[in-house]
Amino acid sequence: MKDSHYDAAIIGAGMSGLAAGIRLAHFGKKVCIFERHNAPGGLNSFYSLAGRKFDVGLHAMTNYVPPGVKGTPLGKLLRQLRIEREEFALCPQKRSRIAFRDCDLKFTNDFAVLDAEVVAKFPAQADGWRALVQLVRTYDDVSLDAKTVSAREVVARHITDPLLTDMLFCPVMYYGSAQERDMEFGQFVIMFKALFLEGFARPLDGVRVIIRVLLEKFRQAGGERRMKCGVAGIVEEQGMVAVLKLDDGTEVTADHVISSVGFPETMRLCQPEHRAEAEANTGALSFVETISVYKKAPAAWGWGDDTIIFFNDSERFDYSRAQELVDPRSGVICFPNNFDYAGAQLPEGLFRVTCLANYAKWTALPEPEYQTAKAHWMGEMQRSARRFLPQVSDATLTADLVTTDMFTPRTIRKFTGHLNGAIYGAPRKVRDGRTHLSNLYLCGTDQGFLGIIGAMLSGISMANYHILQKSGT
Amino acid sequence: MTKDECRKLVIDIISDIAPDEDLTTVKPEVRLRDQLQLDSMDFLDIVMELRKRHGIEVPEADYTQLASLDSCADYLTPKFQAKA
Repeated sequence: MKDSHYDAAIIGAGMSGLAAGIRLAHFGKKVCIFERHNAPGGLNSFYSLAGRKFDVGLHAMTNYVPPGVKGTPLGKLLRQLRIEREEFALCPQKRSRIAFRDCDLKFTNDFAVLDAEVVAKFPAQADGWRALVQLVRTYDDVSLDAKTVSAREVVARHITDPLLTDMLFCPVMYYGSAQERDMEFGQFVIMFKALFLEGFARPLDGVRVIIRVLLEKFRQAGGERRMKCGVAGIVEEQGMVAVLKLDDGTEVTADHVISSVGFPETMRLCQPEHRAEAEANTGALSFVETISVYKKAPAAWGWGDDTIIFFNDSERFDYSRAQELVDPRSGVICFPNNFDYAGAQLPEGLFRVTCLANYAKWTALPEPEYQTAKAHWMGEMQRSARRFLPQVSDATLTADLVTTDMFTPRTIRKFTGHLNGAIYGAPRKVRDGRTHLSNLYLCGTDQGFLGIIGAMLSGISMANYHILQKSGT
Repeated sequence: MTKDECRKLVIDIISDIAPDEDLTTVKPEVRLRDQLQLDSMDFLDIVMELRKRHGIEVPEADYTQLASLDSCADYLTPKFQAKA
């Protein structure tokens, strides 16, 4: 006797799982989302520490377009989930920068700014640049059966200056590439559009605003959610999911199962386990992030103009697994204060720095050394990042510092379940979401639409494609 | 159910799916795609909402019948009448 039967079971209450759930519940499916943690959001969640709420994951929501712009991912997502634009309360960025040792490219939510910067600083590349942008604009990046092409190869056909090439790849890779050194061109296009042709925004209260909207829509549509109750096993029989075993020992059945936990993670949940397939497509890129909380907003030290800064000081930008605990040569700075909150402001100043990290080295550290390493890299990462900001003395920053926090690859593994602490998941994406089981599909990071808007569209697309379009009466 | 009422039902559905579209000036004889920004995901939703709200089934082969408000009315009105 089984405990329950569902039309669809969804593994993981992150952005993609919630979006898939809303679609299915809205159209009358009996659907349940199983989430191992007590907090929803997955890779983009938030936590409280000493009465303060911190976002994890989200620096900025990409894919922002102003009201009235149609046909982009944000608009599609709002329509598909029946969400009013105002509910997300998005505030646009001020300005961002790609900052390399000898060159700086500014960009805003108005693409003309980046276009002018590139043409002014790389005049010899202007024609190639314009041709690349034209290709990106017309490329079918959401095709579910696109063939795999190297972004390095395609970009090299248009851009020949290595500095400009690296400056374009740096933000695009940092905000979504699961692959080292290169990425699939379709993924490049998704990120290029999301960052440069569209833009950055954030709700004043952070990612929890978006999660709250999704939870409420799911509840209103009649969806069921079981928190602190993950899926521990996917039992296969005759090429299908027969039973889902839950963490609490109970079992449920479902006509369809959508897994948002990642490709290798899903393969390892299968019983029998598909370890070889999992190992052949597990990500290697993990990150570390420092968060410093200050009494003053960053503008007090002349840091009020930049929302996000992608920095690099190595000869060639090297997006690969860190050799040491952290690779501080490149990274991303985020100032959550520096969005245009229309007069409102965050209560404290926040300075976040993200760098590539080495999962194996972080997890091998015994506890006392782990704490020491965190303290050491907290300082090193900030020092590295501050080279790309107007100068402020250590004494000034220390005097205004309230508290710090930091997450490492170990934290990522613990809270997201991603093997190797690989935030962006498996290097090879599964665009159509199909697995070896006919009623088990993937959505989220490893289906390959990137960013939080991408994650939600992934859940929507997979629910539409595999379940809603196929279910007649 | 008259064809006018049927057109109104379709407009109601579109206004819920695409609240950012101005539907006050939609010409019934012109293809919806040519006057509104609707993509295949939106058309799928029109079909799904017809099923959810009114129990009307539109097989995939007939999706082209939903091209304009007039063609919707021609195609859907008999289906509504058959149900009544």
